[in-house]
Amino acid sequence: MLTRRDTMALGLGVATVTMIPGIASASAVDDAISAFTGGAAVSDGGVTINAPEIAENGNTVPIEVEAEGAQSILMLAAGNPVPGVATFNFGEGAGTSRAATRIRLGGTQDVIAIAKMADGSYARGAVEVKVTIGGCGG
Amino acid sequence: MSDVRPRIRLPRSANAGDVVEVKTLISHNMETGLRRDGSGNEIPRQIINRFTCEYGGKMVVDMEMHPAISANPYVEFDVKVEDSGEFVFTWYDDDGSVYSETQAFEVG
Repeated sequence: MLTRRDTMALGLGVATVTMIPGIASASAVDDAISAFTGGAAVSDGGVTINAPEIAENGNTVPIEVEAEGAQSILMLAAGNPVPGVATFNFGEGAGTSRAATRIRLGGTQDVIAIAKMADGSYARGAVEVKVTIGGCGG
Repeated sequence: MSDVRPRIRLPRSANAGDVVEVKTLISHNMETGLRRDGSGNEIPRQIINRFTCEYGGKMVVDMEMHPAISANPYVEFDVKVEDSGEFVFTWYDDDGSVYSETQAFEVG
């Protein structure tokens, strides 16, 4: 016989299972990166991401990316339903290769930035942001 | 969307060759397309999918946006100002609307 406690545990289990499609798979992240790099090698470092260690509200998390000498920077949220966040393409009028924006994070996850350098090489940075209240609607 | 309103913050003054910080914000829901309304129907996606800033005819930043950009998209970046000129800011909406804002800037 199911007790009230069992029923609630069951409900939690169902909730957990239905949440899973809401998280981008690792391959979706890899696909987004290779679409940006064309499959080229990506080295670690050279990309700075400034983000809060803990974001209370996932609906609006301030993020700043900078990669000196980068032509463009791809920003991804590895744990969102869709990993794409933004791509910044810096033109000849840009003063730096830096940009800041505010993003939605569905939960605690890594924010990844891939920079395309002027010499055609690619660099990667990542930072984990802990999110208290997720920001993907739902 | 009828309530879309861009806001720009530029420094008061700059010297030739300075790098100046530009802050932009536009009021927009940035509807992700992942949410459902009270009756369980999907609310269709409607976001600003691209933002550009040009200064003196040169591209400064051309940004591609996805639904993970927060409502009322805020973008901050740096511009090298060699001469006085005009800033042109443009936002592109999923529904085909284009919102534009221009501002003259004096280099002292």
